[in-house]
Amino acid sequence: MAGNNKAFYSFEPINVGRYVIWSLFALVLAVAPLLFTSSLALTMLSQIGYLIIILLSYNILLGQGGMLSFGHAVYVGLGSFVAIHAMNLAAKGAIPVPLVLIPVVGGLAGMFFAALFGFVTTKKSGTTFAMITLGIGELVASMALMFPGFFGGEGGITTNRVYGAKFLGLDFGPQIQVYYLVAVYCFLCTAGMYAFTGTPLGRILNAVRDNPERVEFVGYNTQRVRYLAFIVAGFFAGIGGGLAAINFEIVNAVDSLSGIRSGGYLLFAFLGGAVFFFGPIIGAVLLVFASILLSELSKAWLLYLGLAFLFMVMYAPGGVASLIMMNLRVAHFGKLRRLWVSYLALAGTALAMVLGLAAVVEMIYHIQLNSALGPVVPFMGAKLNTQSPDTWVGAVFVVLTGAGLFEVTRRGFKQQWDMIQEDIEREIKRREAA
Amino acid sequence: MRADGQGGATRWALELKDLRKSFGKTDIIRGVDLQVAAGERVAIIGPNGAGKSTLFNLISGRLEPSSGQVLLHGQRIDGKKPYEINRLGLSRSFQITNIFGRLSTFENLRCALLWSQGYRYTFLRFLSGLQDVNERAEELLSRIHLERKRDVLAMNLTYAEQRALEVGITIAGGASVILLDEPTAGMSREETRRFIALIKEVTVGKTLLTVEHDMGVVFGLAEKIAVVVYGEVIAFDTPDKVRANQRVQEAYLGSVVAAQQAGGH
Amino acid sequence: MTSEFATIQLLNGVSYGLLLFMLSSGLTLIFSMMGVLNFAHTSFYMLGAYLAYTISGVVGFWPALVIAPLVVGGLGAVFERYSLRKVHKWGHVPELLVTFGLSYLILELVQLIWGRSTVPYGLPVQLQGPLFTLYGTQFPKSRSFIMLVSLVMLASVWLLLTRTRIGLLIQAALTHPHMVEALGHNVPRVFMLVFGGGCALAGLAGVIGGNTYVTEPAMAGSVGSIIFVVVVVGGMGSLAGAFLASLLIGVVQTFAVALDHSMASVLKDTAMAITPDSFIYPLASLTISQVAPILPYLFLVLILIFRPKGLLGTRED
Repeated sequence: MAGNNKAFYSFEPINVGRYVIWSLFALVLAVAPLLFTSSLALTMLSQIGYLIIILLSYNILLGQGGMLSFGHAVYVGLGSFVAIHAMNLAAKGAIPVPLVLIPVVGGLAGMFFAALFGFVTTKKSGTTFAMITLGIGELVASMALMFPGFFGGEGGITTNRVYGAKFLGLDFGPQIQVYYLVAVYCFLCTAGMYAFTGTPLGRILNAVRDNPERVEFVGYNTQRVRYLAFIVAGFFAGIGGGLAAINFEIVNAVDSLSGIRSGGYLLFAFLGGAVFFFGPIIGAVLLVFASILLSELSKAWLLYLGLAFLFMVMYAPGGVASLIMMNLRVAHFGKLRRLWVSYLALAGTALAMVLGLAAVVEMIYHIQLNSALGPVVPFMGAKLNTQSPDTWVGAVFVVLTGAGLFEVTRRGFKQQWDMIQEDIEREIKRREAA
Repeated sequence: MRADGQGGATRWALELKDLRKSFGKTDIIRGVDLQVAAGERVAIIGPNGAGKSTLFNLISGRLEPSSGQVLLHGQRIDGKKPYEINRLGLSRSFQITNIFGRLSTFENLRCALLWSQGYRYTFLRFLSGLQDVNERAEELLSRIHLERKRDVLAMNLTYAEQRALEVGITIAGGASVILLDEPTAGMSREETRRFIALIKEVTVGKTLLTVEHDMGVVFGLAEKIAVVVYGEVIAFDTPDKVRANQRVQEAYLGSVVAAQQAGGH
Repeated sequence: MTSEFATIQLLNGVSYGLLLFMLSSGLTLIFSMMGVLNFAHTSFYMLGAYLAYTISGVVGFWPALVIAPLVVGGLGAVFERYSLRKVHKWGHVPELLVTFGLSYLILELVQLIWGRSTVPYGLPVQLQGPLFTLYGTQFPKSRSFIMLVSLVMLASVWLLLTRTRIGLLIQAALTHPHMVEALGHNVPRVFMLVFGGGCALAGLAGVIGGNTYVTEPAMAGSVGSIIFVVVVVGGMGSLAGAFLASLLIGVVQTFAVALDHSMASVLKDTAMAITPDSFIYPLASLTISQVAPILPYLFLVLILIFRPKGLLGTRED
């Protein structure tokens, strides 16, 4: 009987201890604020929580469906707006919706608008689909100025999340309580979206991604599949938006509906890894760290982000998740030890390159913005003189040398890596034949 | 069911009536009439560029006819979308392997089964819990002899294995009319022999149309041969009659058969 | 609306539409040929404007008109060679992603070098002032210059494609790149040429558009989505469709911005007057000029519903 002779050509450690992974996830969610107790950490954790939901919902389109959307912020944003209006209405007693169910209201709104706009959007696929999402995103963002009653104009809509009766003794005023609300939804939504991947619709969506033409010849209307997936993604996006509204108690059209926000979702979902289910979870963590911590470190953080993204697309299109998985696979076959030195060399040269680049960038920014403060820029403990040509030459030299050495190291690494891959393939064949 | 000469209801499995297709000013298919009875095995042969694949594309809905009719079990399917035609009981394979590369062999077959087993677009049930689908997929897997490659990603299969999977996907839905477009393309002699045996096995009781170039395959597999030349069917008959057909010999077959007989195979 | 007003607005609309066409034609050429949608296309537009600003500060506007597009084209070719080409084998989504990343990068670099506010990229003396005046309404020289340059450029591109050998090669590679490669031509080099050429066109549009309109970091994004709408509305891969859609959107947009009527104002003195406390008043009181920004996107939606192929679309996506 078939099934006993399974040969694993794709590495799936998730099969081992599925319950362990989910329990670990729940544990991390529950315990995180107890380990990182500062208010900054709590803010970040809350944001990570609902961004996980948002980026996972985005990956239903990108990673699972092969649909590149530049307008996902629309559904998150509209979810936020409907949620915040619902909160205000509920506070007045007009609708009997407790705070804990507000994210669901956001989800229903996201679902509604996804059904509305998705009908037109999913009529096309591929690059045309991407452009349509961009157009619809701009449409909604532009409409925001036309309806200040709903979108609140420049100031946005504000609310107070503490209203109505307490839920299990919680009024969700303190940030820690908001975090746990976010965490519960995060766990439920992640589980829900993971379950979706194991349903007929979820699997056919993967088939549509791999070969949309063939799917039609096995009886499925690919357009319908995409449309339904769009709606499911919109639902979870709306939940994320609702949680964001609860967290910040304010929603602003310019921020929430912008193409920049959509671009951010795309960037970090991709950076985290669109190919694996858990990739966007990593992406959410990266997003919050970058936008809160990295932006403090340097005004040019978006530049670094753009560069990182560009390199990811060119050299590691599976994102951070794929890098982790590839190395886990190598480790599984006991060959990771061989790569330590190469990795160190890569890290070292990359660091040199980045430091040199950062020095140049900081100096340019300083000239542009703070020249009144004199020519000296503090940079990582040292002082750089923007008027001295030596500093410039030095920085550029570091960048170029770092880049050159990095390229040399990279080639050596690639050779090593390819050899290891060959060894692994041979090992797999050997095990299969045995 | 065969045609009865009294003009009563005839139910050909597949019927083409004056089918035509032009791209701009170029006529590719110039008025094809064909009647295939249920359970018949038909090989479609002809020189390169004669329009064989175009014919398949017209029948399966990949292309829309410029004029004419295609009837499946008496129902018109010309102008319908591929998925509509598939749901009515016609399934086709592709000359260039068209599988779901990033899904495993098993998943490929399961996806091909889902619609015909009635599961539509549901997201409220788990695939692992669909016993009928999973059993049928396992059964298909063993029929196409790919049990050992069950969890291998389809893009990692060998060429011959991918072709077998291609056929598996085609027959998975239980369609009654199967179109195979050059199923043995690119295979060695031994692989072809085994593959034809496989095709015979899995298409028992079904109406089969195959586009083929290998004459040995054609004469071994087909009950009837349709010869397509320059967008028209110039002969549609049993292999012996086709071999003897003057027009066919002139247009196509003679030189090929002579070459094969001379070369010996 | 007087006929003079209408004429001037029409001319304005046409000049804006021609600028849009200059941008969308480059995008369409690149897309038709390489299947790549250059998300950074309007970033090159922006780059052209900024470079022209700097160069014209050194040697004047007229040399900048030639130099800036060449520099932009060169940068585009370099990007194609070292970045886009690497990603080409993985399909269209990674290509789109890499150009998306580039657009981010160019935006940040522009802001790094020239700052975040608008730069005073002004018109040269020869282009200031009106070309002619029609009953008190002026038609500026700068806009007519845009029309002139657009038409000349597009005529040259058309001649290049249809009359020269390299043009025939490009046309052939447009529909049958593999065949052309099999015939021994260096298709990757042709791709680099086309990509660079498209970017140079975008850069040229930036040079002439940047001083008529405003030159600021947001210019890439604001015109970017409109260009994509133009290309989809016109029909993916159709130059004629892009031309039609550009003019249509350009003219309609220009007229709309100038009209202050709303549904409520039109119906004001009729029996169907809409009062402020009526349910649809917020919608009905919107003037056309307020609605103007979303008109291109409304076009997009309408086209997708009623004619998904686009106005003159040839390719099925």
